[in-house]
Amino acid sequence: MSLDARIPEGPIQQKWDHCKFEMKLVSPANRRKRSVIVVGTGLAGASAAASLGEMGYNVSAFTYHDSPRRAHSIAAQGGINAPKNYANDGDSIYRLFYDTIKGGDYRAREANVYRLAQLSGNIIDHCVAQGVPFAREYGGLLANRSFGGVQVSRTFYARGQTGQQLLLGAYGALSRQVHTNQVRMFSRTEMLDLIVVDGRARGIVARDLVSGKISSHMADAVILATGGYSNVFYLSTNAINSNATAIWRAHKRGAYFANPCFTQIHPTCIPRAGESQSKLTLMSESLRNDGRIWVPKQKGDKRRARDIPESDRDYYLERIYPSFGNLVPRDVASRRAKEMCDNGYGVAGGYAVYLDFADAIQRDGKDSVEQKYGNLFDIYHEITGENPYTTAMKIYPAPHYTMGGLWVDYHLMTTIPGLFALGEANFSDHGANRLGASALMQCLTDGYFVLPYTIGDYLAKPLPHVSEDAGKPIEREVTDRLNILSNASGSQTAMSLHQKLGHIMWDKCGMSRNETGLKEALNDIKTLKETFQKDLKLSTPGQTLNQELERANRVADYIELGELMVQDALTREESCGGHFREEHQTEENEAKRNDENQSYVSAWAYSEKKEAVLHKEALAFDHVKPTQRSYK
Amino acid sequence: MNVILKIWRQPSKDTPGGFETYPVADVSPDMSFLEMLDVLNETLTQSGKEPIAFESDCREGICGTCGLFINGRAHGPGLGITTCELRMRRFKSGETIVVEPWRAKAFPVLKDLIVDRSSFDRIIQSGGYVSVNTGNALDGNTLPIAKTKADEAFDAATCIGCGACVATCKNASAMLFTAAKVSQLALLPQGEVEAQDRVINMVKTMELEGFGHCSNTGACEIECPKQISLTHIARLHREYLKATFK
Ligand SMILES: Cc1cc2nc3c(=O)[nH]c(=O)nc-3n(C[C@H](O)[C@H](O)[C@H](O)COP(=O)(O)OP(=O)(O)OC[C@H]3O[C@@H](n4cnc5c(N)ncnc54)[C@H](O)[C@@H]3O)c2cc1C
Ligand code: SF4
Ligand code: FES
Repeated sequence: MSLDARIPEGPIQQKWDHCKFEMKLVSPANRRKRSVIVVGTGLAGASAAASLGEMGYNVSAFTYHDSPRRAHSIAAQGGINAPKNYANDGDSIYRLFYDTIKGGDYRAREANVYRLAQLSGNIIDHCVAQGVPFAREYGGLLANRSFGGVQVSRTFYARGQTGQQLLLGAYGALSRQVHTNQVRMFSRTEMLDLIVVDGRARGIVARDLVSGKISSHMADAVILATGGYSNVFYLSTNAINSNATAIWRAHKRGAYFANPCFTQIHPTCIPRAGESQSKLTLMSESLRNDGRIWVPKQKGDKRRARDIPESDRDYYLERIYPSFGNLVPRDVASRRAKEMCDNGYGVAGGYAVYLDFADAIQRDGKDSVEQKYGNLFDIYHEITGENPYTTAMKIYPAPHYTMGGLWVDYHLMTTIPGLFALGEANFSDHGANRLGASALMQCLTDGYFVLPYTIGDYLAKPLPHVSEDAGKPIEREVTDRLNILSNASGSQTAMSLHQKLGHIMWDKCGMSRNETGLKEALNDIKTLKETFQKDLKLSTPGQTLNQELERANRVADYIELGELMVQDALTREESCGGHFREEHQTEENEAKRNDENQSYVSAWAYSEKKEAVLHKEALAFDHVKPTQRSYK
Repeated sequence: MNVILKIWRQPSKDTPGGFETYPVADVSPDMSFLEMLDVLNETLTQSGKEPIAFESDCREGICGTCGLFINGRAHGPGLGITTCELRMRRFKSGETIVVEPWRAKAFPVLKDLIVDRSSFDRIIQSGGYVSVNTGNALDGNTLPIAKTKADEAFDAATCIGCGACVATCKNASAMLFTAAKVSQLALLPQGEVEAQDRVINMVKTMELEGFGHCSNTGACEIECPKQISLTHIARLHREYLKATFK
């Protein structure tokens, strides 16, 4: 199958208008007759479900959470970008487009990214209208700040809780549709498989997590907005229930998986404290605006941070990157921290570096620092028991975001007609590295402003009739799979097997990768897969509310996805963004891209019997010429 | 450190429950309370016993999923934190810790420590939003909003919907939760148009869902992990009066 991204004709500035004009429309009277399933009610899913409901479509929305308000989007701290140029600092749609392509290390599709930049301003307007309490200046107008990797102030924020406020806005809009029955809400219901009939997505098989009942739900189109897969690493900044089952099952039914190895490791997280650690906590990137990152110049220096004099400290980011300093993009900051620690300069047991506010407090006063970062400092204090106002924070990189996801075309449709993917679940806009405050922007652009149009083009055409029973065979497959899992009587828990997978992925397919390690990882994962099949143990009887069963099912999918990530990392013979292959680096240890041969999106097709098959979508850069990223 | 847990176990909504005792050894003070429960659950599974059902997701105090009644307090000892933010250093070695689910008529127990809080969703569905369709908005800066108002609205908007206020209240009232939303939207010009219907419908739903009356005891404010202030309840009352005595 050849990949057609359906990029519209014309100059980049007009592509979206062009596309909107060319697309077929569904008349308001006909929308009522069209049914859509939305799986996931985070920012991307809730905004899509609400907008489709407002337009008059018949919508069913699914989430495994007890309420749409709990989706992982709620945890986003820092902010959301839009090139409003309210700061009067020369921002523009073109600059946001340029920054995103460059930040993504030239592995994203220009047309998609341009549209993202174009539409992002509408999000701010819409969210303000919903009553989202963005930060404001004393004059009553919206406030902006700058965020890692760019030099303009285009980030809108709501203290350190931007994701929460945006999600509650979308949740409100969704609730309004649920109230009028335009959207049927299925909470605590997990999608476990996709129903494909005659090559089209026609429904899902889902499990009621309280009663355990498995049933199929049919529709004219299915949208997956199920979030990212960072939890493949076991420890990440994602919520502990975040998982890849929906997109992985769709992949196994024919949707191509794009750039699975493009994962983002966030530089500023609280280091892990012990074996029983269940997740890692992010400290917002905004901290790098005022905090200075350093390690002792002397390996294994046992002195307390504040006792180490200036002359014995290495502010390595400021040293290596004089012009961006502590504000280099995430991938660069993370990799340098790892390098420092690998070379023996790490503190607190070797896996941490300092993020120090002493200078900022001296310069601006404690009050000013507290104003900006108070709640983050409180979180840090609560977790570590240390006071960051008096002791330098300790931080270490952690898996945070996945740029990879289901392959989608310009319409956000996957390779299965009728199956769409939005938000972090698709691969579309961030290339090999995502810039801060751009994920929220993408989720809401997809859900509010792109999908509601593009889905019309699909639904306007006649669809073959399918019987209500078409999903039964898949329902039975799912039931059998769960029966096998719930009777597992080996000796290892799903959690411990997940931990093992995490170790493999972090050690060999994490911040830096090499051929030997990746090949080992493939073997390790094969062994783990066998162990999972032979030695899994569950102790919760029955299939009603059964958290062990939920977990085991997700871990099984993670193991398979992990394997594909490693395969992808092996075939991508270059370093770009979050994908650092040690074999491909410059003399100064910077990522070395291979634009001649590797300027493509990898799109993997699943194969039951054989290895996954790699398809390539070639990328063209007509507007932003790929250059070696330099932050020096 | 070592602790002894007395935990509420209940197989399902319609089956009666009771306390069971579990000793947990070698607990590190830096562990979170929920990680300590994870460790206990791993040992239970290993020994073929059914692990304890409890909920959590973000594990950083923002999603509102977690919520346990620990030693008689919603979210346990400490102010301004959720259960997932609670660390074991707040307990003494050898201590007996009693762990229960939220108890309220409108929050039925589903299993062990998991309760059904969908009644909160229905309160929001009855009016906790501004009715604006996608595509209708003006430029975000068209309408200036005084920073003090925006900040106060923000304070109300930080409610995470955890239900600690209900669990703490002797009447199991959802007044603080409802007021937080009513107050946020009452403070903003965008919320004005629908203000009267909103407050009436949300209060009505709250009663229909089986939440009790607010008797102004103020326990909710103390146990609320986001320290939502009672002033929002006062604002709800004013809004309610405005809406009913026209
Ligand atoms: C700690 C943290 C901070 C962040 N800060 C920022 C920031 O400041 N700015 C920024 O731009 N981005 C930030 N991000 C990234 C951003 O938050 C996410 O990329 C984004 O919120 C993802 O939204 P989503 O709608 O795609 O998915 P999610 O919000 O993860 O929602 C997924 C939804 O899918 C449902 N679901 C999943 N699988 C199934 C299934 N099988 N069946 C049924 N339902 C299912 C879930 O229940 C949920 O409703 C941050 C991320 C983290 C982890
Ligand atoms: S008001 Fe406070 S206690 Fe009540 S639900 Fe909201 S955050 Fe929880
Ligand atoms: S798990 Fe999210 S608030 Fe505790």
